[in-house]
Amino acid sequence: MATEETDHEDGVQSIDPDDVDTEDILGSAIERREDPALVSGEAEYTDDIQKPEMTHMAMVRSQYAHAEIEEVDTSAAEEMDGVVAVYTADDLDVPGNLPVGWLLDSLEQVNHPILAGDRVRYQGDAVAIVVAEERYQAHDAADAVDVEYERLDAVAHPGEALDDDAPVIHEEAGSNQAFDWEIGDQEATKQAFEEAETTVSLDLHNQLLIPNAIEPRATVADYHPRTDELELDMTSQNPHVHRLLMSGVIDHPEHKLSIRAPEVGGGFGSKIHHYADEALTALAAKDLERPVKWTATRTETYITDAQGRGHETTGEMALDEDGNITGLRVHTKANMGAYLSTFAPSIPTYLYATLLSGQYEIPTIYCTVEGAFTNVPPVDAYRGAGRPEASYVVERLVRQAAREVDMDPAEFRRQNFVPGDAFPYETPVAMAYDSGDYQKTLDRAKEMLNYEEFRERQEQAREDGRYLGVGLSAYIEACGIAPSELVGELGAQAGLWESSVVRFQPSGTVTVYVGTSGHGQGHDTTYAQIVADKLGVDYDDIEVEEGDTDEIPQGMGTYGSRSAAVGGGAIVESAEKVIEKGRKIAAHQLEADPEDVEFENGEYQVAGAPDRSVTIQDVAGASYLAHDIPDDMEPGLEATSFFDPENFVFPFGMHAAIVEVDPDTGEIEFEEYVAVDDVGNQINPKIVEGQIHGGIAQGIGQALYESAEYDDNAQLTTGSMQDYAVPKSSHIPEIKTASTVTESPHNPLGVKGVGEAGTIAAPQAVVNAVVDALEPFDVDHIDMPLTNERVWRAINENGGEH
Amino acid sequence: MYPAQFDYEKAGSVSEAIDAISGHSDAELIAGGHSLLPTMKSGLAEPEMLVDIGDIDELHGIEHHDGHTHIGAMTRYADVAEDNTLWEEAPVVAETTEMIGDRQVRNRGTVGGNIAHADPASDLPGAVLAADATVHIAGPDGERSVEADDFFHGMYATDVGEDELVTGVQVPHEGTAGAYAKKPNPASGYALVGVAVRLTMDGDTVADARIGANGVMDHGTRLEPAEDAVEGQALSGDSIGAAGDAAGSSLDEYMVMEDQQASAEFRLQLLGAYTERALEAAGERAGVL
Repeated sequence: MATEETDHEDGVQSIDPDDVDTEDILGSAIERREDPALVSGEAEYTDDIQKPEMTHMAMVRSQYAHAEIEEVDTSAAEEMDGVVAVYTADDLDVPGNLPVGWLLDSLEQVNHPILAGDRVRYQGDAVAIVVAEERYQAHDAADAVDVEYERLDAVAHPGEALDDDAPVIHEEAGSNQAFDWEIGDQEATKQAFEEAETTVSLDLHNQLLIPNAIEPRATVADYHPRTDELELDMTSQNPHVHRLLMSGVIDHPEHKLSIRAPEVGGGFGSKIHHYADEALTALAAKDLERPVKWTATRTETYITDAQGRGHETTGEMALDEDGNITGLRVHTKANMGAYLSTFAPSIPTYLYATLLSGQYEIPTIYCTVEGAFTNVPPVDAYRGAGRPEASYVVERLVRQAAREVDMDPAEFRRQNFVPGDAFPYETPVAMAYDSGDYQKTLDRAKEMLNYEEFRERQEQAREDGRYLGVGLSAYIEACGIAPSELVGELGAQAGLWESSVVRFQPSGTVTVYVGTSGHGQGHDTTYAQIVADKLGVDYDDIEVEEGDTDEIPQGMGTYGSRSAAVGGGAIVESAEKVIEKGRKIAAHQLEADPEDVEFENGEYQVAGAPDRSVTIQDVAGASYLAHDIPDDMEPGLEATSFFDPENFVFPFGMHAAIVEVDPDTGEIEFEEYVAVDDVGNQINPKIVEGQIHGGIAQGIGQALYESAEYDDNAQLTTGSMQDYAVPKSSHIPEIKTASTVTESPHNPLGVKGVGEAGTIAAPQAVVNAVVDALEPFDVDHIDMPLTNERVWRAINENGGEH
Repeated sequence: MYPAQFDYEKAGSVSEAIDAISGHSDAELIAGGHSLLPTMKSGLAEPEMLVDIGDIDELHGIEHHDGHTHIGAMTRYADVAEDNTLWEEAPVVAETTEMIGDRQVRNRGTVGGNIAHADPASDLPGAVLAADATVHIAGPDGERSVEADDFFHGMYATDVGEDELVTGVQVPHEGTAGAYAKKPNPASGYALVGVAVRLTMDGDTVADARIGANGVMDHGTRLEPAEDAVEGQALSGDSIGAAGDAAGSSLDEYMVMEDQQASAEFRLQLLGAYTERALEAAGERAGVL
C-alpha cells in the first residue's frame, strides 16, 4: 500500500467549514463545531444537571488501604440536618458484585462488592453512602459516620504482593496472584538466547498513573416508580456497556434502564469502567424515589479512578553478531489493584504482550505476565492501555542493544525493521500488522532533527561539558480492536463491533446516530465530515448523536482509538445502504434502470444523460412522501449497520526528542520534539494534530513528572495536584509534527486511529534521549518519572563522567 | 473540599480589623485568600470567623518615597510585578513577585498575606530578606516595625502577634542589582528552592550582598556564607562558584525540607546551583558580568 507524506512542521491551520466545498470536506482541517459550546460554558455536563426534588450523595471512604471493618455507626450522621438516608452494605439487598468483562484461563475472579461489608482493600474503598438534601450536608454527614477498623498489613507494589509473606488481600484467592499468563514460544526463545552472540537486559518500572480527566466522575439517577424506568446521566465513555453491566449489578431490567452521557470532560479510559459509585447512586434513587446526584471531588478521583500502567518488568533481547535481533524475552508483574476492574485483565496481557514485536522482525518472543492484587485502587485502561508499556519495553531494549553492539540507534532500528514489502506481517505474538512503511517515518524524523549534524554537535558539546542527547521511539499501536469473534477467543465478554443509523429527515437534513461516545475528541465534527462526503450533503445539514441508550440502537463506546476506525466504518456502511435505497427511488423517478443511475456529489444521474438527475435530498423527501416510490419498497430513507472490522488497525510512527541535561541539577531541557505519525487517512488533520499534541503531553508527563506514589501502608502520598505533577503547558516543548499516510485495508475509510499514539510514543523518546545524553556517565537506565533528583543521582552514582 | 461553617466580617479600617480579631478567640484575617481558603477547603484550618481586610483603603497601593518604597499589605503581586520604580530600585522584589504562581494567583494574592502566612516554600520571604525590608505591623497597642531578619520565626510563624496584622512592607532603594532564581515544584509551582539576591556594587566590586533562600528550611533564610563568598571582590565566575559551594554550608542538613520531589541532600545541591544562577542574573543586570 502506497505511503504518502505530508508536512506540517509549523502546525496545521484551521479552516472555517463554510470555506470548504462538500466534495473536499473529508480530510479538511475544519474547526471543531462542538467548541463554541464547550469553551463558552454553555455545554451541559453531568454536574450541571438539576432535577426537582434532587438529593445529593456522598461516600464514606476508608482512610486505610487494608483493614477489617469492625463496626459502622451511622447514628450520628442520620441525626444531622438534611440527611435523607444512610446506607451500609447490610442495607443493600442486591447482587452488588461488579463484573469483570475480560476473562483469562488462570484468572482468579474475586468478589467486588459495591460497598465493603467486612473488609476494605484500598484507601477509598466505599463503606457507606449518605444522601442529603444539600451537597454540603451529605459530605458533613459522611464525615460523621463512625467506622471502626482493625488495620491489616498492606502492600502497594506487585513484586512485593507476589512474595510468599505478603498480606493476602482476597482470602478466597489464596494468594495475591490474579493470573499467570504467557504468550509466544518459550522453547524457541530459550534457544535464541542460548545461541545469541550478545544479550542485553533491563529492569524497567512503568509507574502507576492517575488519569486526571478534567471533569471528575459523576452520576445523576432518576427513578420513575410507576413505569419502573431508571434514568441515569453519567460520565461514561460507553453508555450501552454501562447499561448492560449495571442491569446485572443492581438487578434492574436492561430495557427499563437508560443511560445518557451528557458532555463528558475527558476520560483517558477512566470512564470506561463500571464503578460502584454509579450503581450506588442508582440504588439510592430507586430506594428513595427521588433523583440523586453524586459528583466525585478531585480528592476522590485520586483515590478511586482506575489507575494506569503499574508494571515491573525484566526485558531481555538476544542479538546475533551482525546486530540483528534474534529473540525477546519479557517477564512482567502487573499491578491489578485491589479488585479486578471492568476490562483490567486484558490490559497487561492481550493489549500489552501482543505488541512486543514493535516495528521489528523478531524471530521469536516469549512473555509471561503475573497479575497481582495489591492495596491500591483497581488498575485498568489508561490512554494507551498496555501498548505504551509494550512500546516502552521494546524501545528501551532497542536503545540498549544498539549501544551494546556499538551501532547508531537509528541504523540499528532500520536494520531490524519489518521491511515495507512484508505486509501483512505476522508477528510471533499473534498479531498480523495491516500495513506500514517504517523506514519512511524514520527518514522523515531524522531529516527534521538534522540527525547527522546533531551527532556532531553532541560530540562538540560534550567537550564543553554540556550533555545533549537524542532519543528515538519507533512505536506501533494496535487499535480499533476487532473482530468480535477474535476478541471473544481472547477472553472478551463483549463483541467489539460498532453500530450506526444514518437517517434522512423529509426536508433533506441528516441525523447520524452512532454507538461510540465522544468525550472531547471532536466526533460531532469528524463524523459529520464523513457523512457529508459520502452523501454529498452540506456539512451544516448533518447532526451527530452519541452517548444515549434511548436514542442510539446499540454501541460499544469510545476507547482504544476505535471511534474513527470502527464507528466511522459503521457510519460509512449505513451511508452506503442509504445511497443504495436512494438509487432505487431515483431510478424509479428518472425512469431508468438502477444500474444505470450513478451517484456523485449528492446527485443521482442517469449515465450519459446529465439533465436527468435528482439530488439525494429530494429523494429523501420523496421517500417519506411515499407517493411515488417503487411498489415493493418501504417508505423512508435511513439505514442501520453493525460494523465488525476484519482486524485491528496498526498506526505507527517515529517520535524523537533532543534534550540537554544539566549534570549539576539533573534538569532536562527540550531542544526539539518531532513526531512523524502514520495514522492512515486523516479525516481532520487539525484534530489529528490535537490528539498527537495532547498524547505527547501526557507521555512527557509520564516520562518526567507523574507518578502515583504509595507509602508502606499503601497510602497515596501524591493525593492532589499539589504533589502529583500533571504537566503544565510550560513543561511541554514546541512539537513539530509531520505525517505519512498508509491506508488501513481493514475499514472503508482507510483510517488507523490516533487517540493514543502520542501517549504511547513519547515516554521512551524522552527517556532514550536522557540516557543518550548521559552516555559519558555510563548511565544505562533511569526509571520514570525522570525527576531532577533521579537524574542527578544516576549521574553521581557512577562517580561522574568516565 | 467543603469548608466548615464560619462567621464573616468585613473590616472598614485597620482598627476595626484589630478590634474584630482581638474580640474573638478563633478569628483569621482574610486578604487574597490564596493560602487560607485552600487550607479551609481541605479541612486543615477551621476558623470560626473570617475578618476580611480586602476593602481597607489604607492597606492598598504602592508609594514611592525618597530612598524607599512602601507596599501596602493588600497590594496584589501583579501590581508589584508591574511597578517600574521597584524594577529599578529593588529588582529582587519585582522579579520575585513576577515569578509567584500564575497570572490568576498574582491578580489575587497579596504581599501582606504572603509574608504573614510565611509558607516556607513561598517566594516573597527570601526577597524581603534580600531586600533588607522592614515590615510594618499594627496591633491594639499601635504600630511597630520589624526588620525582615527578625520577622520570620518558623514554619507559618512570624513576629506578628495574635491580635496584630501586617500593614505594609518598606523596601529600601539600595543595591540596584538583584535577581530571583526559582526552581518551582513541578506539581505545586511553589519553590522547591528559590534564591533571592541583592547586590550593592561599588564599581565592579560587590560592597554588600544579601541572599535569601526559600523552600529549603522551615522559613525564609539568609545564606550568609554565600554572601561572604562574593563580598569585597569583583563578581566573577570563581566568586559565584564559591558562593554556590558555600550556599548551604551553614544550614543543618537534618532541618532541610524533604518531599516527593527532592530530598534534603538534593535540595542543598539545588540551592548551590540556584544561588549561582541568581548571582549570575544579578551580575548581568548590574552590567558586571
